[in-house]
Amino acid sequence: MSIVVDFRKAVVVFNGFPALAEASIEVQRGEIVLLQGPNGAGKTTLLRACAGLLPIVRGEASVLGVDLCVDRQSVRPRVGLLGHANGLFADLTIGENVLFWAQMVGAEVAEVASTLQRFGIDGRLAQQKVMQLSAGQKRRCALACLVVRRAELWLLDEPHAGLDAAARDEIDAIIREACTAGATVLIASHELERARGLATRSVSVVAGRVVS
Amino acid sequence: MSTQLSLGRVARAVAAKDLRIEMRSRVVINQVFPFAGLVMVMFAFALDNDDVLTRVAGGLVWLATLFSLIIIIQRSFAVDTADGALEAQRVAGLDPAGIFVGKALAVMVQLVTLEIMLFVAAVVLYRVQLHADGAVLLVTCVVSATAGLSFVGTLYGGLTAGSRGRETLLPLLMLPVVAPVLIGATRATESAFNSGGAAVSDGWPWVGVLVVFAAVFGLGGILSFGSLIEE
Repeated sequence: MSIVVDFRKAVVVFNGFPALAEASIEVQRGEIVLLQGPNGAGKTTLLRACAGLLPIVRGEASVLGVDLCVDRQSVRPRVGLLGHANGLFADLTIGENVLFWAQMVGAEVAEVASTLQRFGIDGRLAQQKVMQLSAGQKRRCALACLVVRRAELWLLDEPHAGLDAAARDEIDAIIREACTAGATVLIASHELERARGLATRSVSVVAGRVVS
Repeated sequence: MSTQLSLGRVARAVAAKDLRIEMRSRVVINQVFPFAGLVMVMFAFALDNDDVLTRVAGGLVWLATLFSLIIIIQRSFAVDTADGALEAQRVAGLDPAGIFVGKALAVMVQLVTLEIMLFVAAVVLYRVQLHADGAVLLVTCVVSATAGLSFVGTLYGGLTAGSRGRETLLPLLMLPVVAPVLIGATRATESAFNSGGAAVSDGWPWVGVLVVFAAVFGLGGILSFGSLIEE
């Protein structure tokens, strides 16, 4: 197994405050790792740092073999960050949203069609504008976009928030399938019972530090 | 492993996406075009003098274009920021220069369509006359001024996209910067219309100013847009 995320005593300063204070974590390919901890502990900061969005001011940090202290840009095409927002275009249909991201990696239309079918958002549903969808359907569409983008590391911040039980089960199935296909997943969640059932391992984030 | 596309292909995809969103929502067609038309009619009511209107028609068209540009730019970035799509593009590592060019191209298409309508309105409402040699100058002026306005608008739209109070901040920052376009485009248009005895040849130096302006802000946007939308 290869190491996908390797943080060693990494420090991230956000708004003048050390949001990550010498955090260390190692994640192997194919793992689903749950980040648990209270609000403001640094879970979201850790996810955004993994996506190359926040600078590492001290320590070492590499994601997918890319040293984030040197280069935060080149890792971005290979990671997918799904936060509280879905990152979708409300006036476009599901199909058009997924197709937009597929174009960005040069994916074939056939790949889009198969992804929509796999996620249960094909047929007439694919022709619906995103603004007309339920929260669960939007989440599935957002995850379908990560799949066609061929993201190798999925960074999911509260992926179950605002969804009913059936939609949560669907999201869990999608995440498990992605891992089977070779993706690695980091999940920050407050819904511990459900997330623990999904994760292969869980760690706690407390005051900007990662505690196994 | 993900493979990323060239600036040109990102720009095409972003422009097509923005134009498709506009065709679906029809916000520009149903709201901005009538707004710009109303501005032209209100100017006619306010000035209420055919001679004055004919002389200042060029300036009024470009003022109506500037007001409409503010709304078009705000709309262009609102569709991207509403559900975090702009951040998603940033996180996905899309070439920011491609996003900039794509968004500017989509704005350009919308502005040119609007300007055609405004010039027709100027001919009907203000009774300006356009001759063949003036038409060439006018078309060149419209293309270069629209490019400049689109580049500046997209640049400042990106700058204010994530900030609070962006609705008021955008015109406050953008309008002083586009003043040279307003002046240059107005002078060139007056020459094209032969308003106030201006000759067509008087307009070409102003078109030169518009081309330089567009080139500077186009290049500036390509180089700096990534930093502007970065956290």
